[in-house]
Amino acid sequence: MADQTTTLQIRTPEGIRFSLVLAGPTSRLLALLVDFACIGVASTTISTVLRLFALISQDIFMALTILAGFVISIGYGIVCEWYWQGQTVGKRLLRLRVMDEQGLKLQFSQVVIRNLLRIVDSLPALYLVGGIASLTSRRCQRLGDLAAGTIVIRTPKVQLPDLEQLGTEKFNSLTAYPHLVARLRQKVSREEGAIALRALIRREELDPAARLELFRELAALFRSRVAFPAEAVDGVSDERYVRNVVELLFEQRGR
Amino acid sequence: MIIDLERFTATEKPFWDELERLLKRVEDDPACRLGLEGAARFHYLYQRASAGLARLDGLAAPPEFRRYLESLVARAYGEIHSSRDNAHRLVPRIWLLETFPQTFRRSIRQFQLAVLITIVGAIFGAAVLMVAPEEKGMLLPFDHLHGSPAERVATEEQEAGKRLAGHKATFSSSLMTHNTQVSIACMATGMTWGVGTIILLFYNGVILGAVVLDYLAAGQGVFLAGWLLPHGVIEIPAILIAGQAGLVLATALIGKGSGLTLVARMRLIWADLTTLIGGVALMLVWAGIVEAFFSQYHEPVLPYSVKIAFGVVEFCLLVLFLGRSGRGGKVAGRG
Repeated sequence: MADQTTTLQIRTPEGIRFSLVLAGPTSRLLALLVDFACIGVASTTISTVLRLFALISQDIFMALTILAGFVISIGYGIVCEWYWQGQTVGKRLLRLRVMDEQGLKLQFSQVVIRNLLRIVDSLPALYLVGGIASLTSRRCQRLGDLAAGTIVIRTPKVQLPDLEQLGTEKFNSLTAYPHLVARLRQKVSREEGAIALRALIRREELDPAARLELFRELAALFRSRVAFPAEAVDGVSDERYVRNVVELLFEQRGR
Repeated sequence: MIIDLERFTATEKPFWDELERLLKRVEDDPACRLGLEGAARFHYLYQRASAGLARLDGLAAPPEFRRYLESLVARAYGEIHSSRDNAHRLVPRIWLLETFPQTFRRSIRQFQLAVLITIVGAIFGAAVLMVAPEEKGMLLPFDHLHGSPAERVATEEQEAGKRLAGHKATFSSSLMTHNTQVSIACMATGMTWGVGTIILLFYNGVILGAVVLDYLAAGQGVFLAGWLLPHGVIEIPAILIAGQAGLVLATALIGKGSGLTLVARMRLIWADLTTLIGGVALMLVWAGIVEAFFSQYHEPVLPYSVKIAFGVVEFCLLVLFLGRSGRGGKVAGRG
């Protein structure tokens, strides 16, 4: 099995690096099942509408039904992925998107090729070839993706963290001891600071008991690194203490 | 270096929000044009977000921050650095009269190879039928070809085309969809380093060779030409062009001596594959109509000479079209 990666690193001409999270076979399979259902519903609906032609000629009705079914099954993925920029109904629901493997937008020919090559990926049955290919290829690509130079990425809804949660406008009793603050910055690693910051930003999402326990542990960790005088920490809750420490760690020096 | 995250966010957020609004606008409407000023502003916002991302690099900012900026920069990067082809601005006339024949000629060697494989298959099919006529049922997958050619000719001439009465449109659409599926398979199986394409072309050749020999041996050459030529002169080349597309794919996949990476080789053929398979689909629509509404009528309804002449004219026009059309015009780009 190839050395599979879960993210694709892109380096822009400006020298900036960013990563795209690759979709796994399970989410892709679920999206495919949703798309099959959509194709089924669309074919049935159109067939029902076309039934009106049966009043004129049963032959024309049958011919149009066969053509419509074929066009929908072949064209669904192509039309959706072209107009929705790499997404079908299933991919939208599962927050997946097809992209060029260099992080660029899809070309029409890429969309056509990856969809037409489904015929090989679905061989001999139940997408066995495509499934094996995406399990073994480095970037979870089925054969259609390999030919079209595409990847399927996850596009979770990402929002900027709410920094209001930090409450840095509040009084910070630790600032009265600059020498201890300097030591704190020395003793606490960047990663530990980031964990505490993340905990503060997400504190409203936590279960009350877990929140108490988390901030108790974080406060204990920071207290073990630098001991502030009792008058600075008396009556300060664990969560407030962590907030104060994070403020000191992340505040720009000399502000 | 420790960053003042709140101050950083307060300064940059208005720019990120503006970039997000612009991105939504261009993503929701692929035909959207920002204008020179808008594009310059978009580029500035992208660079500013990129710079913000670079500032976060190696810092202890929470991962959500990085993910947010990465998603913003990734979306903007895709918009700024891509030159999306204008499929919705395709001019059908230019595509048909220039792009398709030019693309066909550009990969003529693969077409010749597809023809050769089919001919080898046809010789094999004819040879097998000659040596072991009892294997006819195995060689020919269509029931109506299993019987005696002479009997079929007599029956169909007597029916005078009534066999398909009331089913012609259905028959025609079935032919179109089936043949298009076979063609797509012929192209797509090029992904098996061409093995699948070669097998399909060879198998088609086997059927063709066996049918031709069967009818010629039975003295039904005229009927065969009248029945096969009107649709076959378009249908068979269409399958061969699909095979050509499969072999183009296989050539890019193998990439012997090209000196390019697999990705670069594939990028060069995307547009050609799409054009070839589009042309094939169009040819098969025509062949399906002709087969259902013309080829199934025999003498005395339609003289064989008319059918054969029709087929010959079609073939000459096809050769002229594929060989000459679009010469001197703007050469369609690759990739």
